[in-house]
Amino acid sequence: MISFVELLMILIALTNLMLVGSSRIAACINLAAAQGVVLSLLPLLVTNDGIGLRAVLLAVVVFSVKGLFLPQLLRRALLTADVKHEVEPWVGFTASIVLNILLLVLSFWVTARLTMPRPMPSPLALPLALSTILTGLFVIISRFNALSQVVGYLVLENGVYLFGLILAPEVPLLVEMGILLDVFVAVFVMGIAIFHISREFDHIDVDQLTTLKD
Amino acid sequence: MNLLLVAVVLLFVSGTLALVAGGFPALSKVLGAGGSVAGCALGLVAAVGALTRASTEALGYNWDVPYGSFSVALDPLSAWFVLPICGICGLSAIYGAKYLDAYAERKSRGAHWFFFNLLAASMLMVITARNGVLFLVAWEVMSLASYFLVVFDDDDEGVLEAGRTYLIATHLGTAFLLGFFIVLGQRAGSLDFAAIAAAGPPDAATAGLLFLLALVGFGTKAGLMPLHVWLPEAHPVAPSHVSAVMSAVMVKVGIYGLVRALILLPPAPARWGGLLIGIGIVSGILGVLFALAQHDLKRLLAYHTVENIGIITLGLGLGLLGVSFRAPLVAVLGVSGALFHVLNHAMFKGLLFLGAGAVAHATGTRDLDLLGGLSKRMPWVAGAFLVGAVAIVGLPPLNGFASEFLIYLGAFGGEELSDPGQAVPCLLVIPALALMGGLAAVCFTKVVGVVFLGEPRSEQAAGAHRPGLLMSLPMLVLAAGCLLCGIAPQGVVVLLVPVVSQVVRMDLATFSAQVENAMVPLRWISLVASVLIGLALALAVLRKVLLSGREVATSGTWGCGYTRPTARMQYTSSSFAQPTILFFMPLFRIRQTLIAPEGLFPQRAAFSMETSDPAKELLYLPAFRWVGRLLAGLRWLQRGHLHIYILYIGVTLVALLIWYVEIHIP
Amino acid sequence: MDIGSFVPLVLALTVAPLFVGVINRTKAVFAGRVGPPLFQIYYDLRKLLGKGAVYSRTTTWVFRAGPIISLSAVLVAATIIPFGSWAAPLRFPGDLVLFVYLLGLARVFTVLAALDTGSSFEGMGASREVLYSALAEPALILGLAAIARKTNSLSLSEMHQGLGSLWAESGLVPVLVVVALIVVLLTENSRIPVDDPNTHLELTMIHEVMVLDHGGPDFAFIMYAAALKLWVLGTLSVDMLLPARSGVVLVDAVVALAGMFGLAALVGIVESTMARLRLNRVPQLLVGATMISALALVLVYGEAIK
Repeated sequence: MISFVELLMILIALTNLMLVGSSRIAACINLAAAQGVVLSLLPLLVTNDGIGLRAVLLAVVVFSVKGLFLPQLLRRALLTADVKHEVEPWVGFTASIVLNILLLVLSFWVTARLTMPRPMPSPLALPLALSTILTGLFVIISRFNALSQVVGYLVLENGVYLFGLILAPEVPLLVEMGILLDVFVAVFVMGIAIFHISREFDHIDVDQLTTLKD
Repeated sequence: MNLLLVAVVLLFVSGTLALVAGGFPALSKVLGAGGSVAGCALGLVAAVGALTRASTEALGYNWDVPYGSFSVALDPLSAWFVLPICGICGLSAIYGAKYLDAYAERKSRGAHWFFFNLLAASMLMVITARNGVLFLVAWEVMSLASYFLVVFDDDDEGVLEAGRTYLIATHLGTAFLLGFFIVLGQRAGSLDFAAIAAAGPPDAATAGLLFLLALVGFGTKAGLMPLHVWLPEAHPVAPSHVSAVMSAVMVKVGIYGLVRALILLPPAPARWGGLLIGIGIVSGILGVLFALAQHDLKRLLAYHTVENIGIITLGLGLGLLGVSFRAPLVAVLGVSGALFHVLNHAMFKGLLFLGAGAVAHATGTRDLDLLGGLSKRMPWVAGAFLVGAVAIVGLPPLNGFASEFLIYLGAFGGEELSDPGQAVPCLLVIPALALMGGLAAVCFTKVVGVVFLGEPRSEQAAGAHRPGLLMSLPMLVLAAGCLLCGIAPQGVVVLLVPVVSQVVRMDLATFSAQVENAMVPLRWISLVASVLIGLALALAVLRKVLLSGREVATSGTWGCGYTRPTARMQYTSSSFAQPTILFFMPLFRIRQTLIAPEGLFPQRAAFSMETSDPAKELLYLPAFRWVGRLLAGLRWLQRGHLHIYILYIGVTLVALLIWYVEIHIP
Repeated sequence: MDIGSFVPLVLALTVAPLFVGVINRTKAVFAGRVGPPLFQIYYDLRKLLGKGAVYSRTTTWVFRAGPIISLSAVLVAATIIPFGSWAAPLRFPGDLVLFVYLLGLARVFTVLAALDTGSSFEGMGASREVLYSALAEPALILGLAAIARKTNSLSLSEMHQGLGSLWAESGLVPVLVVVALIVVLLTENSRIPVDDPNTHLELTMIHEVMVLDHGGPDFAFIMYAAALKLWVLGTLSVDMLLPARSGVVLVDAVVALAGMFGLAALVGIVESTMARLRLNRVPQLLVGATMISALALVLVYGEAIK
């Protein structure tokens, strides 16, 4: 039957695709949250020796942080900032979708050239991890709105997490904490920065920030 | 081969006679056009003979030019390209005989026929030349003859400007060709193709350099992006039968050169095939998009030539990839599709340009927004043009579909390649071709709909008259050819087999197996084409039966509630293309002028949209300006006094004398 | 070519109008109405075939040829589609390319017939329709290319058989392709969210306005061709989602038919629950569908690497 892991991989690819194509910031946040939910199911499936306490704990933590907590924070910021739609970025939405697929092709090509130390849970996992990272980077680069850029950063972190999960199924505690702490710090810093910026300037358009330099 | 040489001589002689008889227009017309037709007929016979015999005949004479020898040969590749040359030139000559009557008082037609026949003769020489010097001489004669043909209507400043652009562009390309032959000749010690082939393959770096030189040199003539900028300038301003020859045939000579260069060079690495595919896709999609934005009928057709050359290059690149990846199916199908498209494009592009000429001849304008309703006034022309339009979009049951089908099969064959790095370029061809076909459909429904259907949008269109038999007949012949090649493609592809084997250089067993792979679907396509036509006829009969005895009335088109619809309320060409142009807007440079309607009863309102060619604006014009500034510094050399110029000659002579004595006399 | 392979064609010719009837009935049920009878299209066809014709003075033979050539093209396309466990009567390597281009032929002649009337409304519909179809063709052909790669064949019938045996391992690729195919189906047959088949406002029509001036037997041909096109594209989707697996001919046929009526109901539901997209959003939807097809193709390759 269809491998469950493969289904999750395809869902991640689809969320990436839809994220770069949507102009509603709320939709982007929801898609990033969905990605987080999908990722939280993965530790339960890729463990080598059965579903242990560690895997369950990891799944629950990731689900609540990436799937619930962070998106909620962003939705609050969205309400405060009072902006609904992303302005058309200099790479149009339609072109972004095409570029996303091209990045996916690139990821497949790159990972086909690499040799892995151990068998992968799914042949799609590594390329999709790389493509998620690239998608996150692309969103950060191409969007003007600061909240969209935070979403891009979240997607980037999702990709990094996926990478870590595949390559080291028995993730040592240190790396797990590192990843989660990374996310916490990023969100808090960005969240505070956004609140402050929007309070100072009445908007959070990053492009306008360039007027700060002399 | 002898027959072909006779044809060349016949063309040259008849052209000269027409020039001499310039004072007697009727005589020069008969001499020129008649000689052209006769020569081309002979050429066709020679070519078909060479193809069916799959033979190579060579002739050689001595020629007292350093490195030069008059060695010519008619092998299957050359014979295949002779087919479109002779076919289109002959038919255009018939067409031109009537078409030029409009210029009777103002221009000398003898000169025109001289250059026309010279063009045909020189193209035949280029195709059959087997020596670098002979090739370049014939190439230059071809360029010059076509230049003089383009500036035939030299009363118009725009025409002269376009001719200048063409001359500069073609000589830039020839410069690269010169470089190509010099490098080749240095390695082999001689410029004979046979000697070059015998000299063995060059190393990878030299081969790469040679490939690039050939690509730029031949690509300029063929009209690949971004070397295409002269095409939309020169083709519209030439008389229509000359445009037909240039667009349908002369660009193919560029393709011939590229193929011949590929045969002379060692087996291509994958990079070259990928590069050709990339250039083909870019030329194809951008070509058709720019065509969409035009409202000059002939300029639009010229941009479409860029698109179809892109398709041919794409097929060629696919074939090269197949050779380098050892995928014989891809190789054979890609090359066959590309070469078949060479013939097909010649047929339907020639047809379309002749039709555009008939339209311009009858209405005096090429502007799409002033035409309309011409189908009622020139039904045969409209019918033939429609056949050409359906063929160029690549729809069954016509020939455009047959050649694109072969290229698709080749691209799908790339699916067997397991390495994604190899498969991706092949697979990219599939959506690119589909997009090109869809956009071509947008463009040609626009052209046919705006020009021939609906109501005339201006007085000129309303007053159009039928062109004579001499002008309609070549179009009908070409339309019949399109239909024939669509219904029986396997018959034509059989002729193509020896050509493909020459290009692909495979062993016989694999090659024959692949040919069979290509022929089986083609037979089915042929069956489907016949079934389609039969079905349409049957349904027409059915409808006739149903409607017999019932009331069939006519009335005006329902105006949707408007009481006074005028012909100007119809969709114009810009409005039809607008949704598509808006979607692809980042690729265009559009200048709009808009005087918006104001108030409750708006008086004046106007809208115009100009799209300019980005390659020209961003690449060439700045480069030329820069060169111009640089060279302005050299102006002091031109003093204007005759003595100074003679001084320059004398100084050069003395310097050469000293140098020769130093080098050669110990 | 055995007798069984003609069954898909016969089914298409007879059942296609019923398919449209099911869609209309579903929409009516959603709206709380009784709706037209399921066989309404058959009655309409019979009525139209019995009428005379009125032609505009502006039109030429192109207008009269348009419906005929469209119907011929769609009829030939119907001979390439397999159904249930029956292969199509016409099958050869590369017939999927022919299929896509036959639909293109039908569309081009419909557009030409529309432009022949010299009315600006037809021009409006035509200019939108050609853009959408130009964008839908890559989606269709890329999706078919993905399945072709998966089953290693280039004929629709073979692809259908191949999917049947590979159903377990195909994963989600056929699902993605079917999503793209359904978007193409909605576009080519001018259903919501691309176009509203029931609107009477010419400014909002795309497909309906192109056939505005046809009447009598011509319009019967057009209506029948539209029903056939819907059936043909629907069969393609259902073939991929539910390829024949049981080995018993009748069971497969019943499953396929049930799938078809399920698809009809789905189209009806989509039409009833969604609003029509703004005209400049439709190209984005189509590009999205093309990218989903591309994703399917990429996934097919990705699974084959390791």
